[in-house]
Amino acid sequence: LKSEELPAAMPESREVHLTIPVAPEMEIAATAQVAALGEWMEMGRDKIDEVKMAVVEACINAFEHSATPDRKVALAFRIGSEDAGRGAYLEVDVTDAGHGFDPTRLRTPEIATALKSSRKRGWGIKIIQSLMDDVRIESGAHGTRIVMRKYR
Amino acid sequence: MSETLRVVVDRPDAAVAVLRTDGYINNTGGEEIAKEAYALLSGGVNRLLLDLEKTKIVNSIGISILIEILEKLLDQGGKLAFCRLTPTIEKTFQIMGLAQYARIFPAPEPALAWLRGESE
Repeated sequence: LKSEELPAAMPESREVHLTIPVAPEMEIAATAQVAALGEWMEMGRDKIDEVKMAVVEACINAFEHSATPDRKVALAFRIGSEDAGRGAYLEVDVTDAGHGFDPTRLRTPEIATALKSSRKRGWGIKIIQSLMDDVRIESGAHGTRIVMRKYR
Repeated sequence: MSETLRVVVDRPDAAVAVLRTDGYINNTGGEEIAKEAYALLSGGVNRLLLDLEKTKIVNSIGISILIEILEKLLDQGGKLAFCRLTPTIEKTFQIMGLAQYARIFPAPEPALAWLRGESE
């Protein structure tokens, strides 16, 4: 199957699943899948790097904040395509079973404030939303799921 | 899969230091950079160039440590420049607004000229 032949509804065989432990640098294992699938679908190098960065941020967000009891983060990587003219995409789904958060109450950090404050972190969601084309966050008492998509 | 960061410090002259990184700038990588930067600051060097040619990936925790370094440099009247960033790292610095307070250059030479006050 050539990448330009991507069907509108991708078969499940183009979905890769990976579970990583909450442990230092395990997010790098997830970026290897992004690189492999991105290259397969002939996504540009810079776009692949942007997806890798977003995946790193989603993973470390789960590592740092979810307190997931199973100490695991599940990822699904999907290649698909849309008929609506946006074409082929790489979608990454990052899920934890932690305590969740209210996405509507997220504070968007500002550099001017961060420079004068002891709180310099909290940039992850802003980075993900800026680097990816579509981002959906579902979060509740039983966990968080971030679904993010980048078009080729 | 260790991505441990290495930092090499170069002193082209008494006023400026170049920190060349190789590896992943995460929490431990950021702390390695901070350790070198604060040692330089203690020695009176407050104009730093971070050359990220061999760093291909960063995360926001590592960048937050770079913001701490920037804060301390600015407090002491210093300057921070970056050079040889990947397009994604540069874009991330722009998203975070870091580029409003530190300058980004494609190569070391113009960065050093700016740190020395030889260019705007």
